[in-house]
Amino acid sequence: MKVIHAAIVKPGTTLVNKTGGWRTFMPECNYELCNGCGICETYCPDSVIVKDGDRYAPNLDYCKGCGICANVCPKDAITMILEGK
Amino acid sequence: MTQLLAPGHRMCAGCGDALATKFALKGAGDRCIVVSPTGCIEVSTTPYPESSWNVPWIHSLFDNAGAVAAGIEWGLKKLGKKEDTTVMVIAGDGATFDIGLQAMSGAFERGHDMVYVCVDNEAYMNTGIQRSGATPYDASTTTSPAGKVSFGNPLPKKNMPAIMADHGSPYVATASIAYAKDAIRKVARAAEIEGPAYIQIHAPCCTGWKFDSSKTVEVGRLAVEAGLWPMYEMIDGRIEKAKKIRDRKPVEEYLRMQGRFKHLFTMEGGEEEIARIQAIADWNAEYYEME
Repeated sequence: MKVIHAAIVKPGTTLVNKTGGWRTFMPECNYELCNGCGICETYCPDSVIVKDGDRYAPNLDYCKGCGICANVCPKDAITMILEGK
Repeated sequence: MTQLLAPGHRMCAGCGDALATKFALKGAGDRCIVVSPTGCIEVSTTPYPESSWNVPWIHSLFDNAGAVAAGIEWGLKKLGKKEDTTVMVIAGDGATFDIGLQAMSGAFERGHDMVYVCVDNEAYMNTGIQRSGATPYDASTTTSPAGKVSFGNPLPKKNMPAIMADHGSPYVATASIAYAKDAIRKVARAAEIEGPAYIQIHAPCCTGWKFDSSKTVEVGRLAVEAGLWPMYEMIDGRIEKAKKIRDRKPVEEYLRMQGRFKHLFTMEGGEEEIARIQAIADWNAEYYEME
């Protein structure tokens, strides 16, 4: 009988699970108001907000649409909008 | 830099635990080995055969994270490979306050060089919001439901940082997910200090505390501003640098945001209960010299 004591899996492999499908509302950033402070990136629980050049943008493949980024933004640059098909 | 906790994990949208884990990993850096006992963080980051972790990670039992971390630390030392590797436990409040206390107490007594991060969301959220030793006074959970004969959890929150400091821990701190830089700095400091360090990070849970997922950071900040979550560091058992709160907010503001305290505003006698919670905040403010 084969006994499995422990399992070793590759690191960072949950990337195959695109949690973007959980989302109802999606964040939309008004880059005229955005000052690039990066607070949204700090407080994103899913680490989906990444720096793209000199601005921050969410990776919508994984964004669950919790809305924390819109809530913590000091410039109110992010709004959560209902996602259409 | 790749994220040490990859996206795609199954933690709820707006999860405070995910933030606490992210900050703990940022503080400890990529040269760390993580032990997680059973809990929200463990089940949602490692659905077999996937793993969110980009650092070595091991799942212990619910009750022995302290012993597993101690074994790893000792093993690394005997092999001469400890160097600057940090052995870090990332556990929930149930695994820390109740179930894992004995193994953790032993590890702290023996003085292993490790960092124990308790992610405190104030109940057993993974199994469906059961009361733990970390649940605050009057919070409604499934095992301490508010109703005609009860205002919810009748017992006060256990003072875990004081218990760990009394074990002779050189570094004990409390932090909050609402103060990211502070939390990251405290974990980094704990990793540098030789010996068993304990950090308790307050992590609001939108599912269990019943508030909108976008308000996780806001609720965490209010807990600090109302004086219900004192943030301090203890060096060799002595309190150092408690965070000063200017214009402390009434606890009512914090309680009103959460469904688990809703009964305090609808039930007869709720006002007296709120006054009792305010007294806890007042005691904190005086004891930790927050003002």
